[in-house]
Amino acid sequence: MTLLSVQGLSKSFGGVAAARDVSFLLERGELLAIIGPNGAGKSTVFNMVGGQLRPDHGAVLLDGQNITAASPQKRFRLGVGRTFQVAQTFLSMSVVENVQMALVSCNGESSALWAPARTRHREEALALLEQVGMADVADRPCSALAYGDVKRVELAIALAGQPKLLLMDEPTAGMAARERADLMDLTARIADAKSIGVLFTEHDMDVVFGHAERVIVLVRGRIIAAGSPEEIRQNEEVRRAYLGDEHALEKPKGLSPA
Amino acid sequence: MDLSFLAIQALNGLSSASSLFITACGLTLVFGVTRIVNFAHGSLYMIGAYTAATLVPRLLELHFGPVTFWAGILASAIIVGLIGVLIEVLLLRRIYGAPELFQLLATFGVVLVVQDLAILVFGPEDILGPRAPGLRAPVEILGRRFPSYELVLIAAGPIVLGLVWLLLRKTRFGVLVRAATQDREMIAALGVNQALLFTGTLFLGAFLAGLGGALQIPRVSAHAGMDLSIIAEAFVVTVVGGMGSVPGAFLAALIIGQLQAFGILIFPKSTLVVVFLLMAVVLAIRPYGFFGRPEAVGGTHAVGIASSKRSPYAGLIALAVIGTGLSLPLIGDAYMLKVATEILIFALFAFSLQLLIGVSGVVSFGHAAFFGLGAYGAALSLKWFALPMEAALPAGLLLAAAGALLIGGFVVRLSGIYLAMMTLAAAQIIYAVAFQWVDVTGGDNGIVGVWPSAWASGQVPFYLFTLALVTIAVLLLMRIINAPFGYALRAARDSEARAEAIGLTIRRHRWLAFTISGAAAGLAGGLYAFSRGSVDPSLLGIPTSVDALTMLLIGGIQTVTGPLVGAGFLHVLRDQIMPLTSLWRLLLGLIIIAIVLVFPRGLVGTVRGWGEERS
Amino acid sequence: MTKASMTRWLALGLALAFAAPSAQAQQAPIKLGELNSYARWAAFTVPYRSGWQMALDEINAKGGVLGRKLEIVSRDDGATTGDATRVADELVNREGVSLLFGSFQSNVGVAMADYANQKKILYIAAEPLTDAITMAQGNRYTFRIRPSNFMQVGMLVDQAKASGAKRWAIVAPNYEYGQSAAEVFKRLIKERVPGAEIVAEQYPALGKIEAGATVSALEQAKPDGIFNVLFGPDLTQFVREGNTRGLFEDATVLSLLTGEPEWLLPLKDEVPEGWTVTGYPWDEIKEPKHKAFVDAYRAKFNETPRLGSLLGYMVVYMIRDAIELAGSVETEAMIKALEDTKFDTVIGPVTMRGIDNQATMGAWVGKLVLKGANGGMTDWSYMDGTPFMPTEAEVKAVRKD
Repeated sequence: MTLLSVQGLSKSFGGVAAARDVSFLLERGELLAIIGPNGAGKSTVFNMVGGQLRPDHGAVLLDGQNITAASPQKRFRLGVGRTFQVAQTFLSMSVVENVQMALVSCNGESSALWAPARTRHREEALALLEQVGMADVADRPCSALAYGDVKRVELAIALAGQPKLLLMDEPTAGMAARERADLMDLTARIADAKSIGVLFTEHDMDVVFGHAERVIVLVRGRIIAAGSPEEIRQNEEVRRAYLGDEHALEKPKGLSPA
Repeated sequence: MDLSFLAIQALNGLSSASSLFITACGLTLVFGVTRIVNFAHGSLYMIGAYTAATLVPRLLELHFGPVTFWAGILASAIIVGLIGVLIEVLLLRRIYGAPELFQLLATFGVVLVVQDLAILVFGPEDILGPRAPGLRAPVEILGRRFPSYELVLIAAGPIVLGLVWLLLRKTRFGVLVRAATQDREMIAALGVNQALLFTGTLFLGAFLAGLGGALQIPRVSAHAGMDLSIIAEAFVVTVVGGMGSVPGAFLAALIIGQLQAFGILIFPKSTLVVVFLLMAVVLAIRPYGFFGRPEAVGGTHAVGIASSKRSPYAGLIALAVIGTGLSLPLIGDAYMLKVATEILIFALFAFSLQLLIGVSGVVSFGHAAFFGLGAYGAALSLKWFALPMEAALPAGLLLAAAGALLIGGFVVRLSGIYLAMMTLAAAQIIYAVAFQWVDVTGGDNGIVGVWPSAWASGQVPFYLFTLALVTIAVLLLMRIINAPFGYALRAARDSEARAEAIGLTIRRHRWLAFTISGAAAGLAGGLYAFSRGSVDPSLLGIPTSVDALTMLLIGGIQTVTGPLVGAGFLHVLRDQIMPLTSLWRLLLGLIIIAIVLVFPRGLVGTVRGWGEERS
Repeated sequence: MTKASMTRWLALGLALAFAAPSAQAQQAPIKLGELNSYARWAAFTVPYRSGWQMALDEINAKGGVLGRKLEIVSRDDGATTGDATRVADELVNREGVSLLFGSFQSNVGVAMADYANQKKILYIAAEPLTDAITMAQGNRYTFRIRPSNFMQVGMLVDQAKASGAKRWAIVAPNYEYGQSAAEVFKRLIKERVPGAEIVAEQYPALGKIEAGATVSALEQAKPDGIFNVLFGPDLTQFVREGNTRGLFEDATVLSLLTGEPEWLLPLKDEVPEGWTVTGYPWDEIKEPKHKAFVDAYRAKFNETPRLGSLLGYMVVYMIRDAIELAGSVETEAMIKALEDTKFDTVIGPVTMRGIDNQATMGAWVGKLVLKGANGGMTDWSYMDGTPFMPTEAEVKAVRKD
């Protein structure tokens, strides 16, 4: 069954249409990128899939189940993990506690009042940190990490819910070029190994064309093109939309697709 | 009721609304630009009245005619504006980036300082100002006499609104003020001289407060209680209108003016509660007031409890502390035990607040509500149902928990400054009920004869009883803070978006935390009632809430043990110093300001910081 | 680390607590504990303090009492019941005082009365007016000198009878003092003035009167008599609005306490002339003893006396007399010495009635008049408290002891 099916999503803010009839599919293990110029409606679509926004029309189906009206919390329990444009972690906690917190929530223990949190699911949390390469700083305060590392911790938190679908909003924003490729390689590896579908928005075309298997292009709230990175690069309409930013669609150099 | 009476009553309401608007307008402007809720705004209003009541008669003696009266009013307002500048430069400028809690407390510190200074400068007696020359005689409206000065006041509100509107629309300063009100980040990006903008705004805000106060002198004598009575109403006006919105403040002032004018006809004995009830209802329906916008809330991890390594000696030290506590009756006299008992009770009170502020990031400014509910619950069940202490204490705890459950349901839907104001309103409503429902609560005399059961009535047994209950309650709360529930609260405090994305139901968690915290405060309140033998509405008042916040602040809100130390420190200080000086409020205010400015991490946090530096 | 620093601070706290002066052995002077709201209500309590200070100095200059000097240990009661009872504890347990006196606010007075009962120590309320102190919450350890609400209202109601007014309006601050005065007035006016009715009642929050609206609301009922309990800033506002709008022009106005200098002086020349009030016309009382008191007071403090000054002065002299009579500072002996004893005071004889521990001190009732720049009283007379006290049956019905 199709992992994520987005059907005819529309949303307008005070008469301005931010998304019009947006539909697409996402399979398990697939990396799908949403791109588009500023103000194209990427975040709107993304937040409707993530549950932060309620669409005016249309539906979001996860494994065939309609989750259009589900809260972010509900979506999490159904297997939707997400990362944020500006990494969101719990800065007052240590790295491993961040992941433990997600595991605690996952196991429905977040209202437990007795046994200390720091002893719960520690091994599992360390294993997740191992996967993202952060096990050696597990007991450091999260606030002391470099930004690139925080992004990795955030990925580990998102993975703690054993998601089927991972939503990543601008996953590489604010990172150095080398870090970007590393993070996306890591994401692709994990997505492949656990057969997680990944939906991400991205500004950096190197990341998009280097890692996405399929790309959707949004302009003024409407999908104008969808297809493989190669098809998108050739698409005339997309080229027009990105007029003046021709370089954005050039083939990346020195980076191999995942 | 005939038409002319209704018309006159409406005019009365309009003149109150005008006065209220002029003052509240300054408060809302200052908030819009600086994002500081200035408690001291009421103090500026009071200084305005005192200054005018002192200055204007001297000017009138010069015999330059009626114009000197108005010149005096204006001069007083300018003087107050300059005092506002002084406050900005000396204090506010240093706390723009600080958490709301610190800002609220620091400006409350100014309130305390000004209260004592005003008495030092202007003397303890009320000062009656002169009437406005030429406006002594009433005018006849629909066959009834109406003071002509009130008509001037009615006009003054819209005039000030118009002038402020012109200032905001037509001047560069106004453009900047509006820009800052809409988006505080933008101002920094524009490369504007921020310091000058903020100082200018404070001058304008203080000027309006001073003007509001000065215009009152033909009606009210300048007196020392003016500050807190106006600030409560000004808060209501700005919150109901939407923080930062001048037209909102105007509309809210109009509504409140009419509500008060006609409210006294329908509920002559419930005047206190009406205004705060309005605020609570508006916030419940429109969480950001009439024209307010939600504030983007960032992570506030910097002001709360963070994970730290567990000291290997922790258990041992806790045992030593409890041991010292247990052996106190062997070394202390009866009075020392009394003080120790009260310290323990306030420690629990402050600690219950820590669960909200330090752990959940929920800045409650009305925690006294639950302390008081616990005390009243115990006292009422003793008085009306003749329950013994053993049953009255749990009854108080339950009443406080029930109150917190109810209020929490509304509070957790809000955030930031609106949340703080909602808790304040809730506490004020309960205060008003306790104060004015005389038949049940005994009004301001309260309920006396709330003494412990015979076995606990001695100072030593009651101390040990308190020690046991407080120790158990604090250990339970610590357990909760370290449990997944406490971590979930911290998670929601650090990042709401992340907390939601991992499936945490933030509101439900905060609601439960609010209830637990209320229950713990209620236990403290019940113990306090039995410790001193009586309850009265002051337990529910703003000063009690501020006490708890101050204890938290002194101890340090980033540490689990901070509130315990803060309670001990403040109580001992009060006990030692209050008998010696009549300038106690001045001293307390300076202490609060000093801690906010110099030791924002509090005693425990600062000491711990030294330890970390050394290692 | 957290725990370690906690102990350190706790230790400091304890050290501070210990460093306080420890209880001293009883030396020659007799220690009296005094507490009042000196910071919160400075305008009223500072003259009171001057009064007791003067009495204390005079007594000690004459050698004290029982051959020992008097010493008054004075504390601020913080104007809250919690602080007051804690301070009282400190005075009793640390300072070892023989009795307590003072306090201003009614709720503090009531809490202190209950404290005295619980701790079995003598407490003499000087200023609080609420009836509760000698009635419902009264107890054998608590005494009061100032005439209570009930007594002062009774004196005013007697004046109401003479005025012939029947349609009465009440305006009172919405707290215990105002409410209980209004209750007493309602009861007494109906008992003593046939045909009297209450046509309007207004209870503005203390310090928060909406004067214009309140005056209009009263005016609407067209009363021919007004009973006022407002004071302080509320009163000023009320008087100005009422004068402007002509509320008082055709009405008899009775007003509690307004003739006391504490309240008259801040009114300056806005004094509502013709109001019938209780008060203290200190400058017109010509009895030599009282005149001597006024002269000495003015010489010592360069200030004119307030009613508080008189009360502070009287209370210390009455304490001295009671100790002398008791021959010791034992609580029981002092209670016995106080009860039903006739004291010779600067305003004449005052008896401490035994059944409710209320003194028979009266009040001066007269009309307000403008004298130069300030208000004063005219047509006044001193009314002894005795006939206005609640009857023995009334006392027995509400007192629990």
